[in-house]
Amino acid sequence: MRQLGMEFVRPNFGEYRLYITDMWLTVQMALWGTALALLIAIPLGLAGARNLTPTWIQQPVRRLLDVLRSVPDLVIGAIFVVAVGLGPFAGVMALAVNTGGVLGKLFSEAVEAIDRAPVEGVRATGAAPLHEIVWGVLPQVAPLWTSYALYRFESNARSATVLSLIGAGGIGQPLFDSINSFAFDQTSAIVIVIVVAVSGIDLLSQVIRGRLL
Amino acid sequence: MTFPAAVISVRNVSKRFGSTLALDGVSLEVGRGEMIALIGPSGSGKSTLLRTVAGLATIDAGGGTVTVFGERLQERGRLMDGFPRARRRIGFIFQQFNLVGRLSLFTNVALGSLGRIGFWRGLLGRWPIEVRTAAMAALVRVGVADRAGQRANTLSGGQQQRGAIARTLVQQAEVVLADEPVASLDPVSARNVMDILKDLNRVDGMTILVTLHQVDYALRYCDRVVALKAGCIVYDGPTSGLRQDALVNIYGPEFQDAF
Repeated sequence: MRQLGMEFVRPNFGEYRLYITDMWLTVQMALWGTALALLIAIPLGLAGARNLTPTWIQQPVRRLLDVLRSVPDLVIGAIFVVAVGLGPFAGVMALAVNTGGVLGKLFSEAVEAIDRAPVEGVRATGAAPLHEIVWGVLPQVAPLWTSYALYRFESNARSATVLSLIGAGGIGQPLFDSINSFAFDQTSAIVIVIVVAVSGIDLLSQVIRGRLL
Repeated sequence: MTFPAAVISVRNVSKRFGSTLALDGVSLEVGRGEMIALIGPSGSGKSTLLRTVAGLATIDAGGGTVTVFGERLQERGRLMDGFPRARRRIGFIFQQFNLVGRLSLFTNVALGSLGRIGFWRGLLGRWPIEVRTAAMAALVRVGVADRAGQRANTLSGGQQQRGAIARTLVQQAEVVLADEPVASLDPVSARNVMDILKDLNRVDGMTILVTLHQVDYALRYCDRVVALKAGCIVYDGPTSGLRQDALVNIYGPEFQDAF
């Protein structure tokens, strides 16, 4: 046990090139997964908001989002591995579906909390319904939507690590290999790489948020 | 009073919210170029009446109709197919300004053109040069051009309300419905806003229907007063005919103490 602890405090960065390439792959998976998720979440988030659509659209959309969100990404990933083969693409799709469900729900709730008055102001100019959404709704939800999306990007970088289990590639691969072979000095090094990457993403999202808000 | 062309014609309109009857068989004719004050105590149906004329609220099913510019806007409790076309010609000014807070004042004013420029141009915010010029001209006219680039929610109430008026100018509205436009403003801003509305009426010949809490504004700025009480019109005539006893009838006996 003591030896185990000692290995953890002496990280072995011998394979750092591999770790960095793999980490970069994982970050890219998270990035694409989140980007595709936005394509799902924006239309469904608007359609699932009670104050924008009638119940017969809103309720089915919400239930669809529930399904997307509740199926674990490992399961979706496994399905995509079967469909498109091993590799990062399966991981990207798994993240996209799951995150799409989460963001869709959060986006809907943000839309439901907006102030009706500015939307009515836009409506009164004789604008079309889509104009009302673009000019009345989106400016109001933009800060919250951005925060949610950036946070999900960050947590996807972590989820993408686990997705390596089903053969999606990325930093999870060497991580699990090192654990399975009791090479905890390497595990420790990989965890440090992940922490640095996640912190980097956090700093980046702060900059993006600062620019946008 | 007879007017050759009624731009707004409300006939026998009722509107019920739950158990309260906000409008009870109201009929009103508004001629082109009039400036009319709608007065009455809170809850008398003033705002509801304006909102039904703009098509922002539907009337109750029944015999009531709302006709604007000779085109039927509402009938049997439903908005007619042509209502977006009619709505384009009606500007609406709200008590709380209803600008989009995170957008610049300029963009808010340019939004007035959404009903008349192309759908995609409007959606992407690619304002034609004509709209940009009109927006700046409108901002100059209402006196807030120096704030054009500022976010609407950083402006004072008076500035926002003037921006809202500029939006109706860019809209090229022929009728302006103003719902308590000065109720949230300090006295100086309020007078300023009323002066601008009066100017639009006099110089541009816009038809203006304005609800007011302050009877003295109604007396000073409008030629015709329509008073509502519990959803019914209790006075409709020239401002000069509005006597103290009529006001007491409208607002109740406390009116004498209040003035």
